[in-house]
Amino acid sequence: MTFLHGKSTVVVTQSMALLPVRLKLIVILLLVCQLLCSTIAFGSVLDKDEEEFSEELLLKPLPDRKVLAHFHFESRAPPSISFGRHHHLFPKAISQLVKKFRVKEMELSFTQGRWRYEQWGGFDPISSNNAKPPGVELWAVFDVPQSQVDASWKNLTHALSGLFCASINFLESSTTYSAPEWAFRPDSGNLRYGTLPREAVCTENLTPWLKLLPCRDKAGLSALMDRPSIYRGFYHSQRLHLTATGSSSQEVDSGTVLEQTLTVVLQPISWRTGKSYVDKANSQPSWSISSIFGRKVNGKCVLAKSSNVYLQFEKGLVGELKNLHKENADSETNKLASKDFLSYPSFELSVNPDKVFEEVDNLHSKSTSVLYEFSVEKYNDSHPLDLGLTWKIPVVWSCQQAPLHASRFLMGSGNERGAIAIYLKPTELSEGLKKSNIVDKSCELRVNVFQVVPWYIKVYYHTLQVFVNQQSRAVADVMEKIHVSPSKDKISPGVMEMILKLPCGLESAALNLEFDKGFLHIDEYPPDANQGFDIPAAIISYPDFHASMRFSEDGSLDKSPMFSKFQEKSLVLSYTEILLVPLTTPDFSMPYNVITITCTVFALYFGSLLNVLRKRVDEEERFLKSNAGRKTGRLSTLVSKLSAKLRGKPREPQPSTTASSSSVSFKLIFKVLLVAGIAICWQYYFG
Amino acid sequence: MAETETKNVTSRMRQRPIVRLGILLISHSILVSIICCTAGVLALLLLPVLAKNSYISENALMPGSASSMLSYQDVLEANKLVRDISSLSSKPSGVAIESRGIIAQYMSDLGAEVNYHKFHPHLNEFHPLHFFSSPGSEVIQDNFSCSLYGVNTVGIIRAPRGDGKEAIVLVTPYDSVRGGVGEALSLGIAYSVFSLLARVTWLAKDIIWLVADSQYGEYAPVTAWLRDYHTPVFGDLGSLNSEMCDNNNNIYKLKENSIQERNISYTFKRAGTMAAALVLKVAYTNEQFEDTLSIYAEASNGQMPNLDLINIVNYLAVHKQGLRVKVEKFWSLLESQWLRFLGEIFESLGKLAKSLNPDWKFGISPSDYVEGTATLASSLYYQALGVPTGCHGAFRDYQVDAITLEISPKVSFNNKDRRSDFLLLGGRLIEGVIRSVNNLLEKFHQSFFLYLLTSPGKFVSVGVYMIAFALIVAPLPVVAASLYADSNDLNTASKKDKKSSNSDELGASLKSWKWLNSAKRVFVVHLWGAIVSLLPYFISQIRDCTPTTNFLIWISLSMLILLILHQILGSPYFHVCELKPQEGEWALLKSVTISSLFIGLSLMSVINFATAEIGALLLVPISLMVHPLKHDIKARSLRSFSRVICNLVLGVISFPPATFILLKGVFEGFDGLNAGDFWNWVESLWAWNSATYLYIDAKCFDTTASEIRNL
Repeated sequence: MTFLHGKSTVVVTQSMALLPVRLKLIVILLLVCQLLCSTIAFGSVLDKDEEEFSEELLLKPLPDRKVLAHFHFESRAPPSISFGRHHHLFPKAISQLVKKFRVKEMELSFTQGRWRYEQWGGFDPISSNNAKPPGVELWAVFDVPQSQVDASWKNLTHALSGLFCASINFLESSTTYSAPEWAFRPDSGNLRYGTLPREAVCTENLTPWLKLLPCRDKAGLSALMDRPSIYRGFYHSQRLHLTATGSSSQEVDSGTVLEQTLTVVLQPISWRTGKSYVDKANSQPSWSISSIFGRKVNGKCVLAKSSNVYLQFEKGLVGELKNLHKENADSETNKLASKDFLSYPSFELSVNPDKVFEEVDNLHSKSTSVLYEFSVEKYNDSHPLDLGLTWKIPVVWSCQQAPLHASRFLMGSGNERGAIAIYLKPTELSEGLKKSNIVDKSCELRVNVFQVVPWYIKVYYHTLQVFVNQQSRAVADVMEKIHVSPSKDKISPGVMEMILKLPCGLESAALNLEFDKGFLHIDEYPPDANQGFDIPAAIISYPDFHASMRFSEDGSLDKSPMFSKFQEKSLVLSYTEILLVPLTTPDFSMPYNVITITCTVFALYFGSLLNVLRKRVDEEERFLKSNAGRKTGRLSTLVSKLSAKLRGKPREPQPSTTASSSSVSFKLIFKVLLVAGIAICWQYYFG
Repeated sequence: MAETETKNVTSRMRQRPIVRLGILLISHSILVSIICCTAGVLALLLLPVLAKNSYISENALMPGSASSMLSYQDVLEANKLVRDISSLSSKPSGVAIESRGIIAQYMSDLGAEVNYHKFHPHLNEFHPLHFFSSPGSEVIQDNFSCSLYGVNTVGIIRAPRGDGKEAIVLVTPYDSVRGGVGEALSLGIAYSVFSLLARVTWLAKDIIWLVADSQYGEYAPVTAWLRDYHTPVFGDLGSLNSEMCDNNNNIYKLKENSIQERNISYTFKRAGTMAAALVLKVAYTNEQFEDTLSIYAEASNGQMPNLDLINIVNYLAVHKQGLRVKVEKFWSLLESQWLRFLGEIFESLGKLAKSLNPDWKFGISPSDYVEGTATLASSLYYQALGVPTGCHGAFRDYQVDAITLEISPKVSFNNKDRRSDFLLLGGRLIEGVIRSVNNLLEKFHQSFFLYLLTSPGKFVSVGVYMIAFALIVAPLPVVAASLYADSNDLNTASKKDKKSSNSDELGASLKSWKWLNSAKRVFVVHLWGAIVSLLPYFISQIRDCTPTTNFLIWISLSMLILLILHQILGSPYFHVCELKPQEGEWALLKSVTISSLFIGLSLMSVINFATAEIGALLLVPISLMVHPLKHDIKARSLRSFSRVICNLVLGVISFPPATFILLKGVFEGFDGLNAGDFWNWVESLWAWNSATYLYIDAKCFDTTASEIRNL
């Protein structure tokens, strides 16, 4: 509401400048009237529901001396009447998109760099929701009949392409997107999924993304986004997630929740310029918001309902800190109230947190993660928030891993064939699982694999081999469910969805699929054909595991959109590497060569044909004879001899006219010498 | 009667000009073959003159456009590593494990992912049909012993914002037991670059540093690692990298910090498609006058890396680091007088041409010419041999461009500053090359793959050197055709004299199929060749044999098989269709041999040019000169006598063992030669799956085919 008022006052001042003084009063009255009317109208149609915006920032130290910064902005638009809708906070572009293409759910992510599952964790909500494959990933669920889904998808890609300055429109072609049935999301009807692994992500994609925020990057937490520092990081992923809430009908538009997140992994500068790496190998760098972003938080975005900064210490880190604490001073407080956690001597926060939460853990492990909340509302320009973390003692921990670590790679060499292999290796989590389930013999680990392969990689799905613990196993033994739609040349990519049942005491598992490398038409090669072609990342998820984080039992954090998101049970999933397949590339000058050689052949053919058609035998002989009669002189004799030889014909004896021939030959030799002399002179003086 | 004859002549006259030209060439085949062969040899000798200056073809490479970031800080760290490593070598036991641990520790301190890779040295095995097949996963024997394995240390830096699709490989062979200062220094250089690359933000491709355990040779660890990288075996036999033979390492592992241990594992780690590989070595010999850099590029079967890779190394080494770059050459050729003389002739010719038109610049100084020829000769030789000149050859088997850089420092490293300077120099060079390759968007494809080097900055491209080969080979089909025509004429003439007209029809039909008889003979000789070339596989199965005895067994077995085949060939079964040995038969046999040789050479030139070129140089003269000895001896003229001598000399020279011994004699002196050497040489050839091996045998029996018959 405040925003609207601000705008109308601007209008008023502008109109005041333009209008004569006498009219001023009337105009103001009119405007105020209108304003009041509209507010009343809104108030009457929608009950208390209003558009909301909130901003949050989660900071988290990572084990490999880096810091994760996760910005979360959420805009909500409640259900409303279909037309005449005015948005206060919610971006109009997005609401139009949702309305026009009847998008039920959509997610678009731009990512640069890889999420390192081994170091940065693979089990928490951030890694399963915000770790994305490099490039662009887009999926959308439509609320339209099955037959119109493809058309909606195509239009949506074009609209998004314009909105985000990216080549998302390349996802329009049916060879680039796929319709996964169950492996990508459990209940997906009208889902389309497409990726552009090669899309470069930069500020031109961030700016339109920021435009969707009511404060852009002028105030609030988004003001921290100093371009050089956020793009200097090791991972950068901006994501946009749309969900339509409530059923839409003719009269009422569905409500929309727009969730915008930016996840960056940054290297604190103190380590970057550090002199000796070996000595500091174990010590964590100390950092502050100003040292990693180069800016401080100068207050909240005034339009935001809530604006908070959180600092999260992971389970592993907290456990490690507790151990250290126990060692240093045998503390008697083993149960550790959350407030006491502050008094640890191992680190120091530059700002006192407003609240401290401890994770509510269902698994009853010995340590739980801890969250500090800092409310931005208290801070302003003169007193900015600059949260800093200083480590006093070296501490080493590791993040919680997904049950298996998946890596995918190409096998074979050469331009003819190859194989895709997915290698699964257990992590600590599944080892723990093994121990806990040692009594239960029938323990199984279910793994969901979803893989899209472009059509020019001709995968032979019958060659699927599964190796469990380095022993070949029949596919039927391991597979619970499989769905394959083979690729069609130039029409659709190959999609493979499957659920594997792996034994718990797994040492390693490998999947192997062979393929032939296809040929493209010369027009279908991209400009950088020699770089190779990408196979998009495969998605490995674990249906039995859900990543969720619940911090408070009393629901004090439920108001925070980010943490309500974290509390949702989301599938633990990870992306594998993108693969680069070198294909046979033609010599692109080949068309030119072909044209040249064809022309030559045609010229030769028609030339000789014409020659044959035109000449008559008698004429030729007469011509030769007359020539022979005229020819005299040694040189000409030689020439005629040679030509006769070439023709395979005995030379006719010539009438010997020695006197005349010698004079002729003299002349000829003289001429030749003259020309040669001139040529040499020319060469010498002017050449 | 006379009129009908002239009619015939005129009807023949109506043939197409191209046919007439062909007939002309065939009728003057001797002249043509002499001209073509001379021109071919001349063209080959002209190649150093015609060499072009190399240039960087791929624009994206941009070598040297960024200033070097490697600082003394990195070098100091590297120096520490070198000190740690060299201090280890004084201790007697456990050096291998400990040095490995140190290197892995240094790598993981930089934030790299480190893993060990265990391998069994791939024993030299002869697979008769493996010559042209791509390197596949080979089944590992069950009966390997735990004592015989090597461990590579691999460190991977993930590019901060890269997508991990591509990688650049840096290889430093390191033998922990026998490794000298040179190897420690090469580790130092690689480490300094690695530590820099761990921090930089511009990296787009992952960096793999492979410390290859070279206690079983340099080639074996790299091949083993590449094989596991590209074609791992998931089945039960491929479990080499797991816990087997692990007891050795626990000693060191216990000492390790528990945190570091987590980073260093035996799981094989990968990093995308390889864009290029650099093998770095330091030759620590105190004989250099300045810092030099040697580039080795030849991979198996005469494959070469893309010329751009050599170009950027050359560019950076010369223009940025001030190193003297050289490629391998035959030093013995440098002193040869006749080459110098030839060079002078070419120089004067070049000067003459320049005086006529200043735009014609093909004169080079005689010393340049001699040097170029020496380099060209070694380039040809190593390509022809088909044996890689270093462990970069293993990469080429997987279509990865790779070269070996061998840096030789000027002085000894008693002075610490001097050592740091050297590390900085080498490090900056490697950094520049990696940065340049990192810039690359596509794989190397712009520049040449088929070339011969005449100096680090000059090359002869395929379009030029093929001319020489084509000229040498050109007379073969001409001579074959003329011989065929001659033998036909001769036969008809003799028939007309002797036979009555009623057997004429039969004779005519037989006559046209006569060449089949000769083809059969040639085939049988080739068959013999194939059997003989497979023999070493069986001979090598016999244990406890010296090379000399092996060689002798080989020879005797070959002779035996020849006798058997001769008996079969001589048996009446094979002579059913042959009426009577005739005068012109040797000509027909020769023509078939020559045409098979022509086909063989042309095919080989596509696969490995250098082998075909050298083969052509050796084989073409003899196959053209060959003439039945009986006839020559009967003729008793000076001409035929000289021909006999020529034939015998050429026949001996082009017989592979003789060629080998002669070449060895020329380059290394004749003393200390024995027959075993040839066996060793052959053994090395098949160990590298060199196609040359097959080819040599084919060649050998090609020549003998005609010889045998003629004797």
